[in-house]
Amino acid sequence: MGKKSFALPYVVWMIGFTIIPLAMIVFYGLTDDTGAFTLENVAAIMTAEHAQALWLSLGLALVSTVICLVLAYPLAMILKSISKNRSSLIVFIFILPMWMNSLLRTMAWQTILSNQGILNLILEFLGLPAVRIINTTGAIIFGMVYDFLPFMVLPIYNVLIKIGQDKVEAARDLGANGVQTFFRVTFPLSMPGVVSGITMVFVPAMTTFVISNLLGGGKILLIGNVIEQAFTSGSNWHLGSGLSLVLMVFIFISMAILAKYDPEGSNVV
Amino acid sequence: MERTLINLVDISKQFGDTLVLDEMNLTVRENEFVTLLGPSGCGKTTTLRIIGGFVQPTTGKVIFDGKDITKLPPNKRPVNTVFQKYALFTHMNVEENIAFGLKIRGKSKDYIRDKIKYALKLVNLDGYEKRSVNALSGGQQQRIAIARAIVNEPRVLLLDEPLGALDLKLRQDMQYELIRMKKELGITFIYVTHDQEEALTMSDTIVVMNQGYIQQMGTPEQIYNEPENAFVADFIGESNIVDGVMLEDRLVEILGVKFPCVDEGFGRNKPVDVVIRPEDIILSETEPGLLDGVVTHLIFKGVHYEMEVMAGGYEWLVHSTKCFPVGTKVSLKVKPFDIQIMNKPESEDEMAVEIDG
Repeated sequence: MGKKSFALPYVVWMIGFTIIPLAMIVFYGLTDDTGAFTLENVAAIMTAEHAQALWLSLGLALVSTVICLVLAYPLAMILKSISKNRSSLIVFIFILPMWMNSLLRTMAWQTILSNQGILNLILEFLGLPAVRIINTTGAIIFGMVYDFLPFMVLPIYNVLIKIGQDKVEAARDLGANGVQTFFRVTFPLSMPGVVSGITMVFVPAMTTFVISNLLGGGKILLIGNVIEQAFTSGSNWHLGSGLSLVLMVFIFISMAILAKYDPEGSNVV
Repeated sequence: MERTLINLVDISKQFGDTLVLDEMNLTVRENEFVTLLGPSGCGKTTTLRIIGGFVQPTTGKVIFDGKDITKLPPNKRPVNTVFQKYALFTHMNVEENIAFGLKIRGKSKDYIRDKIKYALKLVNLDGYEKRSVNALSGGQQQRIAIARAIVNEPRVLLLDEPLGALDLKLRQDMQYELIRMKKELGITFIYVTHDQEEALTMSDTIVVMNQGYIQQMGTPEQIYNEPENAFVADFIGESNIVDGVMLEDRLVEILGVKFPCVDEGFGRNKPVDVVIRPEDIILSETEPGLLDGVVTHLIFKGVHYEMEVMAGGYEWLVHSTKCFPVGTKVSLKVKPFDIQIMNKPESEDEMAVEIDG
């Protein structure tokens, strides 16, 4: 019995909850009903319906990630600039929604955004024309940004507070104005946080089916919805697993591209 | 004398309720090596940051070469800073760090390359262009920080405790290097430290500060040999500070014994503080008419022996190359020139700056 025995529970955990399920997905994805090897389930991504869902997922995930980044970076900088005691309270308030079930929060938005929902009641009260947001890709992007924004803010904030004020002062001292200091020093030094944030928003946005179900009205199919339906209503585990493998490959590629911008691989979260 | 380059006029700085600098006036001449010396919290770093433009004084003006630069942001000031913890840009290599200021100013590639080569040679790190700054030792990082500052050809280099993080040997080497660089560059250095030895070694002028006030300003010799008050005497080197009475010009009574000295103009029978450096006390066999005592402690320090001598009710610190074992009866002699007479502090403000030894 060495120190290694302490790792045993984790080994059991990893085998039971990561490796075996993954192996099962690979097995189901590469076989048909008879158990014979086939690439049909993987190739099914080529069908128009599936390909469209995949591209839509990719597009919406990219758009929401970019929106999250644009919103989160200034926010993280503001949080950093607020005095230490107060910022911890504000950060706390900010992450408070994360402690609530995201399903519930998304359902709340379904009610708010629906055609006879609270938003349109308020617009009507103000004498403004009603808007049709629910069941559009816009509503899905909105839901993604709302759900995942804290996951972008926190890693960026965590990196920003670790960048010493002296580095910013050194840049100013060497002749850089505020804008030059930001783009040449602050932003490059915060890259690890940005990369973590992008990962933590892009991956769940790419794979979600809850948000698109609730805010897309089941009419807008993302790749997550297609896979979900293959497992549930279609009961076709082979197709679902095959498409999951394709999705996994896409995510690996995205991560590999991102890793190039974070040479130290210093994950912050 | 070189002409005046920087003038701090009635600078005060308040952080919240704390007054860090109180109507400070300081003149720095061109090509001078000025050291701001004092314990932590004395206002020396704040003074440096006001000159660098990182702190706005609450009141007062910063005049640089005749122009008021009080409101100028750091990037518009003809000074560069070497920061305490180097503050190198960790996402850049050595070359990119040094080139930072030059690229901002839009210098040509050839110019930048030559400058980097020159700066690395100056700090004895030729060939380090492509190294990652994270892979450098503390001393090397410090050199890069200096190179990064001086390539911009500042009129003044501000150094904020640059050697504080280095070990003793390296610190001593770097002191000589800084003197050499200063000579080669021919620019003004303003140096902040709490290390009196550093200050004495390198400076043309030492500014001793405490609690937001300048206690004394002068050459290292003046500061060491003629401290103006008990704080300076106590902070710079080791001293014996005892009560005395100035009987008349050139005669002081210390603990009941009359000592000839060289000070004049204090008046008759005036209570004063007397400073005597440990190395200025000469021990001898007991002689009549001198201050007699007994050796109570003896430590061998390498260059000299450090002894404590109980005499006249005061424990004297004595440095001598001669050894007197514990229990030896001795007499204390001091040459008139080595006795430094200071006025007793009069106001409470002055009292406040006296620290316990």
